[in-house]
Parts: sequence; C-alpha cells; structure tokens
Amino acid sequence: MIGMNKELLSVSSKERVNQTYKIETENLNAWFGTKQALKDINIKIRANSITAIIGPSGCGKSTLIRCLNRMHELVPSAKVSGKVFLDGVDIYSKNVDPVIVRRRVGMVFQKPNPFPTMSIYDNVAAGLKLNGIRDRKRLDEIVRKSLEQAWLWDEVKDDLDKPGASLSGGQQQRLCIARALAVEPEVLLLDEPTSALDPIAASKIEQLIVSLKRDYTIVIVTHNMQQAARVSDYTAFLYLGRLIEYDVTAKIFSNPREELTENYIAGRFG
Amino acid sequence: MDENMKYPPKFFLSVDDFFKYILGIISGLVVLTLFFMVLELFRHSLPVLSLKFVFGVNWNPVVGSEEYGILPYILGTMVTSVIAIVVGVPISLGIAIYLSEMAPNFIRTTLSFIIELLAAVPSVIYGLWGLFIFRFWVRDFIEIPLSKYLGFLPIFQGEPFGLDILTAGLILAIMIIPTVASVSREVLMAVPNSQREAAYSLGATKWEVIRLGVLSYAKSGIVGAAILGLGRAVGETMAVTMVIGNAIGAAALPTSLFKAGQTMASLIANEFNEADPTSLHPNALVGVGLILFVLALTVNLFAQVLVWRILKIKEGAVE
Repeated sequence: MIGMNKELLSVSSKERVNQTYKIETENLNAWFGTKQALKDINIKIRANSITAIIGPSGCGKSTLIRCLNRMHELVPSAKVSGKVFLDGVDIYSKNVDPVIVRRRVGMVFQKPNPFPTMSIYDNVAAGLKLNGIRDRKRLDEIVRKSLEQAWLWDEVKDDLDKPGASLSGGQQQRLCIARALAVEPEVLLLDEPTSALDPIAASKIEQLIVSLKRDYTIVIVTHNMQQAARVSDYTAFLYLGRLIEYDVTAKIFSNPREELTENYIAGRFG
Repeated sequence: MDENMKYPPKFFLSVDDFFKYILGIISGLVVLTLFFMVLELFRHSLPVLSLKFVFGVNWNPVVGSEEYGILPYILGTMVTSVIAIVVGVPISLGIAIYLSEMAPNFIRTTLSFIIELLAAVPSVIYGLWGLFIFRFWVRDFIEIPLSKYLGFLPIFQGEPFGLDILTAGLILAIMIIPTVASVSREVLMAVPNSQREAAYSLGATKWEVIRLGVLSYAKSGIVGAAILGLGRAVGETMAVTMVIGNAIGAAALPTSLFKAGQTMASLIANEFNEADPTSLHPNALVGVGLILFVLALTVNLFAQVLVWRILKIKEGAVE
C-alpha cells in the first residue's frame, strides 16, 4: 500500500519534470474546531524558489504551511478541506499516505527541537533510520553531506557524539535543518525559523536558506518583513485567513496592489 | 491617628507568627519520627547485626541454639521484585503509551481514574484473591506448562503448587501496575509536543513518533517510574505473605520459581507474633526491618530523583 503510493507520487513527478509549480492549493480551507483558520486559499508555489508567507499574528500563516505537509490534521479537532497538489498529485486524496508526503515535504519549526537525548549524529540520522537505511558507511556519508548543506559540519565534525541539546540555539536550528535535509525532501517548509534566535544566528540561517534554493523548493513563514524582503522571491500576504496578495517579492514591497498589503508593510497594523 | 487603625497590642509573638511556628513544628515532627525510627531500628538490631546475619542462611529462634541468617529472605525479596518489574513494567508502559498518545479524551480520563483506584485496593484483598483464585490460574496455566516443556531448567524445578515465589512475583506485578502506569503516563504527557512534531515531520509513523519523539525523551522518567514500582514491590507485605508459601532457613533460598519462599517483609509478618522477648528473636526481626528499610529508602530516593528531573525539564520549557 505504502509502496504503491510512493510510486504513484514519483511517477507523476517524472512526468511533470518541466512543471514550474511544485505546489498548488485549490480552495484550501482549514479549521481548529469551529474556528476557521484558512479561507479558500489558492496559491501556486514555484519549484526552486523561496516563497515567503507574511501577515499579522493569527492570520493563518503557520496553518497554511502545516497544511502543505499534512501536519495540521495532527492537532485534535483540526480539519482541512480543498486540495493541495504536490507535483500535480493531491496529497489529500484517499490513497496517499501522509507519512510519505511528510518525507517529501520536510519542515523546520519556530523553536529548535532536536531530540535532546540523541547525539548530533543520531539526530541527523534519525529520519534515515526510519527509511530503513542501516549501512553505517552510507549513513556517515549522508550525515556529513546534510551537515555541510546546513553549514554546521565544520563546527561539529569533532563532536558528533555529543548530545544535540549541547549546541547553541542557532546551531540547534541548523541541526534541525540538517535533520530535515537528510531524508532528501523536495520541499522545505520553515515556520518562523529564526524568531527564537539572536540576530547573528538568524542572519546565518537566512543566508543558508538562500543557498538551499538551488536544490529545494522553500516556503518560509515569517513575521519579520525585512527577512521576507531579503530572502524570498515571492511573497504571499495573509490576513484573517485569506490570501490578500501574492506576487514577486519586489513588487509586494515596492508597489502592492492591495491597500491592506500596503498598510501592513508600512507597519500601520499587525 | 484613629485608635482603630493601630495594630493590636503585641505579645511575644503575633498571631500569624504563632500559627507559622506551630505548623512548622508539626511538619518537623515528620522528620523527627523518621530519624528516631532509624535510630531505634538500629539500636534494637545491634545485638544481632553482623556479616553472619546478612550472609547466613540458617534461622533458628529456639533459645539455646539461636541462629539468625537472612540471606534467603534478602534474595527472596529481590527475586519476587524482579519478577514484578519484568512482568509489570512492560504492561504498565503499554497502558501509559495508550493513555498518553492514543486514547480519546474521555477514555483517557475514565481509564486513568480506574487505574488510580486500583492503587487504593487494600493489599490484603490482593492476597485473598491470590490465595483463593489466582494461585490456581498460575499453577494450571503457567507453572504446569512451564514445568512440562522447560522443566529441565533449574529455575523451573519442583512440583507446581501455586503457593510459591512465582505467584508472589506475579501478584506483585499486578500490584505495581497502577503506580508505574500512572507515573509513566504523567512522564509521557510531559514530553513537549515539539518532539512529536519533529518526528512526524521526518515522515515517522505513529509508532515511530512514539519511539523517536516520546520514549527516547522520557527514558529516564520511565526508568524512575519502574524503580518506584520496585520500591513498592520490595516493601509489600500482606499479599506476598499470603501466597509465597513461607519457607524458613535454607529451604527459603530461591533456587527455583516453583519453590515456597520468603521475603524480608513476609518473614516479619509471619514471626512478630511468636517472638520470645527474652531471646534475640525480636532483635533479629528488627534487624530484618532495618535492612528492608534501607533498601526501600534507597530505591525510592533514586526513583524520585529520576521522575522529578524529567517533570522539571517540562516546567523549564517554553511550550
């Protein structure tokens, strides 16, 4: 069953290799209990680009990306309707296994959440072991590659046996990025990845995110508009669960179509 | 200034201070009681305390040929407690995982309540049930098959009878489940959600999330819960006395699970009544008590530290 789903998803990804949109949502609605968090979201996210989602607290930014890897439904009482296409396949259709979706769409959270009882090495290898990779040489290789991609290798290469929790906040967040990259996802969702970090650590993560664009499709939620302007190619503005405006980042920040967007960007609310 | 606004005249202590000191003294009495208990246990057992007391196997309270060795009872306590842990902890952990990770809210509340009620059943009831019902189940469904197929192993020697070390260990396993299950559940529920999400985001299945995100985080707390159960098993008296068979001396050495045995607690319960005050018999029983006390105290202390540490992490976290 699981194998079939994997095949179903990967075949279509080959067919659509030239497709420019990696993710498309169609009338996406989401609820917490009776409270509607997202209202009819239609958004197309381009492959190998960075898309920022901005908006005031509680506008549904996090809910939106959590719908893109089926994490939203894990909250008791949460509900989703509508469609989310990943390479043209609706990840909410009945024969798609959410576990496979989450392997293809990785996620990094607001607060660094390494597994505190595991070593740095085991943190990065955790997802690989889930995939049944046991060969030590292969694990070594991927762990190293992932840590290099997350710009952490040079800082930890001699301490791979130390607990993940012994690192600084910024390093922990990069460890979480390495852990997410290790399972080789196609999309990386970042939920305010720098909001719990000091400015220097945050800036390093920002540069890292830009460097990852070559290999991954990235969606980043941020409440920091400068950050959105600095790192993203496209920006979506969400307000009260609705997608107000979605365009090239430069356009959103210099010449938005909607007055609401302009007011938010100018700091008049939010 | 209005006379009514002034403080009432002060005696040597204000009412609040008086109250505070009274309560302080009452609380202090607990510590004092513990202190004197240890002191008295030690003082009364002094005449028998020796290496021969701890490592001897003979037990003879007849005046003139008195001999007190408690090794069989120390071992009996350990073996029954280990059976309790080996059987009881996995079951408890299963219950805790179900309650914290899977059960819908109303089942979680009801079941947690019932499990805590089980802890309130008096141990003599477990003993009665063990003596009249459970021992036959153990004999017919566990011991006879074991003896038939694995009877060549030294630990399964002897005639299955149902009043023996195995039955005592299994009764203990049942008795520690409420404690271990409810403490483990608390520990698991203290694991921050961000850990579960981390595992989910890597494409973990439900079971993998529990293993990777929950159990590995809660490891030390679960060990603590198990040791808390161990502490209960070590000191449990009534139910064990009723099903263990109460052997004495070298016969009580737990060489086979199908043999009648004796724990430190059951020995005291069996003999306190007939101890001749002019002999060393009472001192020997107090000595058993002292060693049991030290053992139980150490085990509990260790467990409390482990559980406390994991619940503490939760309080410090931002979630």
